[in-house]
Amino acid sequence: MSSEEASMTDTTEAHEHTHDHDTPQPQGAISDFGIDTTSQSTSEAVRDYWARVRGGELGSLPALLGIVVLLIVFSSLSDTFFTLGNLANLLQQGASITIIAMGLVFVLLLGEIDLSAGTASGVTAAVMALHLIHNGNLLGGMGDTVFYVFCGLLVLAIVLGAVMKVWAGVALSAVALVIAAVGIPANAWLEMLLAVCVGAAIGTITGFLVAKVGIPSFVVTLAFFLVWGGVVLQLIGQGGTLGLRDDTIFNVANGNLNFVGSWALFVIAVGGYAAIVLNRHFSRLRKGLVAQPTSLVLGKIGALAVLAAVITYALSLNRAPSNLIVIEGVPYVVPLVLVLLVVGTFVLDRTSYGRHIYAVGGNKEAARRAGINVERIRMSVFVIASAAAAIGAIVYSSKVGSVDPNAGGGNTLLLSVGAAVIGGTSLFGGKGRLRDAVIGGAVLAIIQNGMGLLRQPAAVVFIVTGLVLLLAASVDALSRRRAATAAR
Amino acid sequence: MSEPILELRGINKSFGPVHVLHDIDLDVNPGEVTALVGDNGAGKSTLVKCIAGIHPTDSGEVLFNGEPVHIKGPRDAAELGIEVVYQDLALADNLDIVQNMFLGRERTKAGLLDETDMEQAARKTLASLSVRTVKSVRTQVSSLSGGQRQTVAIAKAVLWNSKVVLLDEPTAALGVAQTRQVLDLVRRLAEQGLGVVLISHNMNDVFEVADKIACLYLGRMAAVVSTKDVTHGQVVELITAGRSGDLGIARPEAATI
Repeated sequence: MSSEEASMTDTTEAHEHTHDHDTPQPQGAISDFGIDTTSQSTSEAVRDYWARVRGGELGSLPALLGIVVLLIVFSSLSDTFFTLGNLANLLQQGASITIIAMGLVFVLLLGEIDLSAGTASGVTAAVMALHLIHNGNLLGGMGDTVFYVFCGLLVLAIVLGAVMKVWAGVALSAVALVIAAVGIPANAWLEMLLAVCVGAAIGTITGFLVAKVGIPSFVVTLAFFLVWGGVVLQLIGQGGTLGLRDDTIFNVANGNLNFVGSWALFVIAVGGYAAIVLNRHFSRLRKGLVAQPTSLVLGKIGALAVLAAVITYALSLNRAPSNLIVIEGVPYVVPLVLVLLVVGTFVLDRTSYGRHIYAVGGNKEAARRAGINVERIRMSVFVIASAAAAIGAIVYSSKVGSVDPNAGGGNTLLLSVGAAVIGGTSLFGGKGRLRDAVIGGAVLAIIQNGMGLLRQPAAVVFIVTGLVLLLAASVDALSRRRAATAAR
Repeated sequence: MSEPILELRGINKSFGPVHVLHDIDLDVNPGEVTALVGDNGAGKSTLVKCIAGIHPTDSGEVLFNGEPVHIKGPRDAAELGIEVVYQDLALADNLDIVQNMFLGRERTKAGLLDETDMEQAARKTLASLSVRTVKSVRTQVSSLSGGQRQTVAIAKAVLWNSKVVLLDEPTAALGVAQTRQVLDLVRRLAEQGLGVVLISHNMNDVFEVADKIACLYLGRMAAVVSTKDVTHGQVVELITAGRSGDLGIARPEAATI
């Protein structure tokens, strides 16, 4: 309190030289913010949260409840659902959709949409497979014309990125061009890098058309949805399939961390989370800002640690269906998704760039007047979305071990958008978090997996998935309306 | 009275064949509220936009702190310390008060947002303006009332140590109590030594907070008068006819756009 008063006097003094008469010392103001300076008690924190939920800020609460309900339902209906083997399988099945959805959250935050993320991911998978199969000789793999067009598009992406100063797009496109032109022999890591870079280049072109040319993102990406679908077909050939015979690539979606690795992941994840949360908490307390009660913060960390420990322990048991092989450890997709989640959340919450994304999504005009380069922000999210789609493509190609002409087609995109929306990301922009994609992705993976185990026909699976998405969108619309009425 | 912080000398502005501003002279003094009144189309908003750097002027000069300056864009204006609070509130609904007040000018530490620092600064500013109506600076703007939003928008201008604040119809869409809050705030801005320009259609508001009134009539400065020297009726005459007794332009009937 005393430091608050002292700083207040500073403010008054700063204006002293221009004063004609004394400003009344704003004594009352300190007590007005009194409620804002003390730390809350646990009951206050809970009441505050409940008030926000009632006010329409549901966040990912409905989706989390949905996961619990689905887990209970499927566990009771199917003997095999709640087995270790199936749960690990579930994580691996849901990973690619989740990763694509995480990229889409950035686009959805601006109230835009990327319908081409699915087929664009197919293109990156096909390029990756061609590079691997033809040992780095993309010219031979694609044929002359296609290869030169491909390189031309990469150059175009570099130019467009440079025009708009989206340097990430420029850099990644340039890397893709170098890899394509130099023809370095096949190497799994290089192929995966190439896929991500090609994704970024695709996003740069999409983003330019949306942000600078001003075509609605729905139309641009609808067009590209068709274009990239055609490109995949061209690259792979009608009826063909490109096999990915490489252990590293195969392991992305099918491999597991060993015992030590699994527990190391546990320590890093929980320890990192605790360090970040506690650091923020105590720095707020130290500066006398409103903070959640320490007991609640510790409780949250403890709950997460216990949950993570149980999952890590369960996944480090042998879950092989037969005695001949051993399958144990946390699947690689878990740290992959976690890293993307942490990095992405960090960007959205802790950097100016992330703040500007929310601002542009909330009120484009306000953002422009605040001096934010709106066009650049709008372009950059498409680069992120397409690059993330490429990572998703690596995972789903790895899962099946090949790339076919239908890669990234079909329901890939719709399920990804669905995952983001089910998790609580708003299609109207400005509202959503990266973890929404993970939670929504889990809901979809559970539905698909559980329905499969119950031997339901594809027809039923589609209908149920669709209805869940509809439900999620209704919750979003209704909570928005509720929030709007609460504001009056 | 102290030196004017902002002086306009012979400002002219045309949009194609339409001559919107004719030789406008205006002084804005620190610690004073200058009301800018005029009928629709008199050029109030255009004048504000010229000062804010959104429209370039055709001729005339602008002096800031006695020094001639060239304002080429909104950024130049912001650097000088001229802040505009727009009628249609430039706030993002999905962000909270602190985030809005620092939008586009976030404070960072090692490349990351310094939330606690920004929160403290925002609280200090709101407290120095005796803003009593918001419970927490972490409240989302979407859940604020119109008056509270206007308050946040104005406080944002103060936060950036602005020297001159231009308010474009800050009370236009507000209720009685909310108008009260905003007018109090406008008064406090002046008390803190800022030069305040208030555009308003509401004579009650103008007479309540303004120290002097500048009347625009068809793009001409009809009169700049001290609030205590004029009556309600005289100002209305100046607005509608460009002339009231000895005040105003000599032959308003000859004035054309």
